[in-house]
Amino acid sequence: MSTIDTNAALPELAPVHNLPKGKLGVSLLILSEIFFFGTLIAVYLFYIGKDLSGPYPQDVLDPPFAAPTWAPMAVSFNSIFLLTSSIWIWLAVKALEQGAMARFTLFWALTIAFGGVFLAGTGFEWYGLIAEDGLWLNTNLFGSCFFTLVGFHAAHVTIGLLLMTIVLVLTLCGYNHQRHAGKVDLLSWYWHFVDGVWIFVFTVVYIIGYYG
Amino acid sequence: MTTAPESPRLALKAPPLSRLHEWVVTVDHKKLGLMYITSGLLFFIIGGLEATMMRWQLAWSDMGVVMPDEFNRLFTMHGTTMVFLVGMPILLGSANYLVPLMIGTRDLAFPRLNAFGFWLFLFGGLLLYFSYFGGQGLYGMGSAPDVGWFAYAPLTERTFSRGHSTDYWILGLLVSGFGSIATGINLVATILCMRCKGMSLMKMPIFVWIMLIDAILVVIAMPPLAASQVMLLFDRSLGAHFFDVQGGGSAVLWQNLFWFFGHPEVYILILPAFAFVSEIIPVFCRKVLFGYPLMVAATVAIGFISLGVWVHHMFAVGLSPAVNTAFMASTMLIAVPTGIKMFNWVATMYGGKIRLHTPMLFSLGFLVQFLFGGLTGIMLAVVPFDWQVSDSYFVVGHFHYVLFGGLVFTIFAAIYYWFPKVSGKMLSERIGKWHFWTLFIGFNLTFAPMHVSGMLGMPRRIYTYHADRGWEIWNLISSIGVLFQIIGVLFFAWNLLRSLKKGKPAGDDPWDAWTLEWSTPSPPPAWNFDVDPEVRSRRPLWDKKHPEDPDWKYE
Repeated sequence: MSTIDTNAALPELAPVHNLPKGKLGVSLLILSEIFFFGTLIAVYLFYIGKDLSGPYPQDVLDPPFAAPTWAPMAVSFNSIFLLTSSIWIWLAVKALEQGAMARFTLFWALTIAFGGVFLAGTGFEWYGLIAEDGLWLNTNLFGSCFFTLVGFHAAHVTIGLLLMTIVLVLTLCGYNHQRHAGKVDLLSWYWHFVDGVWIFVFTVVYIIGYYG
Repeated sequence: MTTAPESPRLALKAPPLSRLHEWVVTVDHKKLGLMYITSGLLFFIIGGLEATMMRWQLAWSDMGVVMPDEFNRLFTMHGTTMVFLVGMPILLGSANYLVPLMIGTRDLAFPRLNAFGFWLFLFGGLLLYFSYFGGQGLYGMGSAPDVGWFAYAPLTERTFSRGHSTDYWILGLLVSGFGSIATGINLVATILCMRCKGMSLMKMPIFVWIMLIDAILVVIAMPPLAASQVMLLFDRSLGAHFFDVQGGGSAVLWQNLFWFFGHPEVYILILPAFAFVSEIIPVFCRKVLFGYPLMVAATVAIGFISLGVWVHHMFAVGLSPAVNTAFMASTMLIAVPTGIKMFNWVATMYGGKIRLHTPMLFSLGFLVQFLFGGLTGIMLAVVPFDWQVSDSYFVVGHFHYVLFGGLVFTIFAAIYYWFPKVSGKMLSERIGKWHFWTLFIGFNLTFAPMHVSGMLGMPRRIYTYHADRGWEIWNLISSIGVLFQIIGVLFFAWNLLRSLKKGKPAGDDPWDAWTLEWSTPSPPPAWNFDVDPEVRSRRPLWDKKHPEDPDWKYE
């Protein structure tokens, strides 16, 4: 048998595919959020049509496909603002990656503005439901489910707007640069998630809950 | 080489207040891990005292040690404490301490998030216990939570649970749950993003693999609990109707939501036990772990299946036969990967040179008791049998065999195994053996008779029983067992405190082990490794000690 030359015999190190930790961390946060909203959505679906008393969704919600309610501040109108903001934030991150700060600031501010319009619209909708239709969490199951699900989504929108405003202020003060694009991108992932969840919330609340 | 004379200034200990400050502001994974485990052990004592009060009350028929109301609080707080404030922090703490050392990195992926998670957990736990003082609120009624650890609706509604007791249960667990999610995210990110050179996924120590699956389960299972608790909080504070049956709400929905979290949760608790013994048994049998790839596959399978078995907690509710049958099948299915693990551990021992040190003794105790608990689990998966013994002491016996005989025994095994690394001192083997045997006898004396009293029809959660049922003798044996367990835990505390002061110096690698943490000094320095480690097999230290016959030739 030959003698062992330990150093010469050492094999190559196996390749290690470590992932970028920021992206993975935010993806996991989104995964846990999916299960959080998933639970609220499942409960909403479970309670559709089980109310003991009104007002029912058909009495108070703006249905998306009925012509006369295509008015400003109706939910479908707002939703377009929220979903469009995803495009703005995508363009903003692109701009930051290229170091085009003016373009970034413009698109970033647009994202905040469009998100703000959506939040204001939710505010108007809630005002109408609470003050005029007399619907609140304690009115019936529909009220409980509606305000919890839509409220948690609005809370996530609010958090996103606060974080984006912080970035905007930092940008205007000159603290945000091309090299921060990776971190700003992570915030955009959160925002895309908030928008994506809205598609499901909208479908469940305003389509299945209304027509179903 | 000469060693520099130690500077006298370095030898001085910092004043106590600075040392305390160091622990409060730390983001070091080892310090946070130790704080997790220490607070877990303190809560273990509190939860144990609660159990002792209950066993005292139940030792004989018609006892009057505690009032019925107090008894309800005791079993609620005992269950909640043991699951959320003992099991969770010890698993998160040991992963915290060991994962970075085992994968050869300096800290978790997000150290400050890690500190945040720990403090959320601790203050969530303190908030839960503050209910004893603050539960009355302005209502003049209510104290600690008294609705059971799974807080079934509609008992938790404001109508039936007056005062703030249930609110404390919700908020305490919500706060500590957010901490667990944060640390779960942190652990997954650490394992997938920070492994040292050469450590591909299939070269990770099995401990790290199991903790990875465990952390993913935490990230997936805790948010539904948080959502359900928020809904319950809205019911209680804002008058929502989610679980209010008079308002059209559904009590069964709460059960579905709770157990959708609750069953993955029991696997979250038992997976770390698997992780501990999968590291300890090979080292004390001087053999590699049998069937590493199968072990990984079984862990992943358990993670998946555990998300789809929750209805077996609800067989007695009266769901449709189709639903019950489906969940009976999935519950039986999960016994397959678990059985694979049992056989792998036994196969690891087969033909090995077994060293019966305390960590190995506790691991063997785990194997026997977990097998017993697993088998009664399969019995309970059979719907008609479950109908017969549901909510009886048989169930109490079953899950204590799994969680106490399983998890807690491996926690002790892990402490005996890794204490030398953490403190630089060995624990006493002699006291350790006293600890093991008193606890082993006490545990079996307490929980084996519960299967009999359960079969005889004794329901859970009753605060006393009449003399004509024939349950006295079984309950008396159960309660006598508690005395042995207390003595065992006292041995453990004595061993811990004594060894910290005057234990034998441990050296870097007292067990002749194989994973990277044993290549660091004991205790490891704040930076963990002087040089970034390089790994070529699952047992890097074996390769180092045996260059003539390294593992990478065979893997």
